[in-house]
Amino acid sequence: MKEFILVFRHENANGKVSPEQMQQWMKQQMDWVNGIAAKGQFVSGTGLLFDDAKVVDHKKMVTNGPFGDIKETLGGFVIVRAESAEEAAEFAKGTPILQGEGNTVEVRQIMTH
Amino acid sequence: MTDKEIIPHLFRTEYGKLVSVLSGKFGLEHIDLAEDIASEAFLAAMDSWPYKGMPGNPVAWLHRVARNKFINHLNRASTFQRNVAGKIRPEIIGNIDADIDLSGQHIRDSQLRMLFTICHPSIAETSQVSLALRILCGFGIQEIADAFMLSTETIAKRLQRAKEKLRSEDIQIDLPDDGQVKVRLDSVLRTIYLLFSEGYYSESHEAVIRKDLCLEAMNLAYLLLETDLTNTHEANSLMSLMCFHASRLESRLSENNELILYDEQDENRWNTELIEKGFYYLQQASKWEIRSKYYLEACIAYWHTVKTNAVEKWDRILGLYDLLVSLDASPIVALNRLYALSKARGKQVAMEEALKLDLKNSHFYFILLADLCKEHDPKSALDYLAMALRLCKTGAEKKFIHRKMDLIANIP
Repeated sequence: MKEFILVFRHENANGKVSPEQMQQWMKQQMDWVNGIAAKGQFVSGTGLLFDDAKVVDHKKMVTNGPFGDIKETLGGFVIVRAESAEEAAEFAKGTPILQGEGNTVEVRQIMTH
Repeated sequence: MTDKEIIPHLFRTEYGKLVSVLSGKFGLEHIDLAEDIASEAFLAAMDSWPYKGMPGNPVAWLHRVARNKFINHLNRASTFQRNVAGKIRPEIIGNIDADIDLSGQHIRDSQLRMLFTICHPSIAETSQVSLALRILCGFGIQEIADAFMLSTETIAKRLQRAKEKLRSEDIQIDLPDDGQVKVRLDSVLRTIYLLFSEGYYSESHEAVIRKDLCLEAMNLAYLLLETDLTNTHEANSLMSLMCFHASRLESRLSENNELILYDEQDENRWNTELIEKGFYYLQQASKWEIRSKYYLEACIAYWHTVKTNAVEKWDRILGLYDLLVSLDASPIVALNRLYALSKARGKQVAMEEALKLDLKNSHFYFILLADLCKEHDPKSALDYLAMALRLCKTGAEKKFIHRKMDLIANIP
């Protein structure tokens, strides 16, 4: 089997959602990951914190960010094992992150050798 | 990845604790910062738990993260202050130890102080309830709006104004002086009861939210009972009253969300555990030799949990209402007393007294009149219900009145 990275892009939810909603989303994401793991196809993953994020440009300028024109930014990723990009994309459909309009999951194969 | 289940409402509960403790540190001026730090702790959990599994002790994990964020914030703020002096009040940094106490005792103390602060007389009662839900119970603006059936803008404005008031009046997060505690406790209890009643009586279609409001009100009352200073006759009475009422939460709504009146409730769906708790707190309350309004109401609620229609039961309830009327002259108490009177002495006696009352702007009054005369004078009963229909406001009540009219009209 090949390995694929599923990259989440979503809005920074801080301050906009209630603790109860955060817990619900987390629970759904947990169930989603556990479902993939139950098939033995989960490799690893993490969310990425928004606070203290920096962007370094080609002139080595460091800015706080990313606060570009788009609201959706890199929020985390998981790595899964799958036979094909199609199968990996099927996995991606299950994440609650896609409940947010504008949010996306990008599916990319990882080079293993 | 463990298959351990996350505790229901964990974030909401911890939010109230963290914001109370952090605001105790920063002062009310920076309550928004306290709220941000609490939220950030949950975001950190969202970024980690789904992939690495639930930590062995989720609460300790959240507290550790919140403490680190707090310390980081102080460090950043003091650097900032050195560089751009004057932006943050110097005493904020100067007086704060670089740590927070998250022991159970300190959390409870902080929440209690916050509860008393929110119930400051300069804050309107409706705002006190919203603030309590937001700050102490960790509800989101949307959730509060759903519970009260108001727009999110209204709730957001209400919260904003209340927070500004707390700041502009320079209110400290603390218990009032000994003499004042008793006075302020009255308003704390009123706010808790209001919160409970919102859950118990509101027509919000979200049955889950309604039940949550009741449980949150009971949690706040529990805070009072855990501290000697506030473990009073009234607090125990109110807790008892809420337990008895809450025991019927499941049985008073039908599957299609229609109100089921006491007489028609399935007693098997009453929660016996809550009835026992209610009885326990009633006994606690009776140690003081006072018969407060909450105490009388709790006694009445107790008798309602007794599954018999014996005259003795209604005699007792009537006696308690007679006492309550002298403490609380509100129409709703008068009407409830009449209901008890009809059960104890018959509908004829109750009708005679009812007609002496002047409550012609209350639909409950006309519903009661209709109930009292429907057997021997169905025509008048229908007229009374028509008047009730004109006065009532909610859809559930209208449905309820229509059902009654149909029943009476079907009598041959």
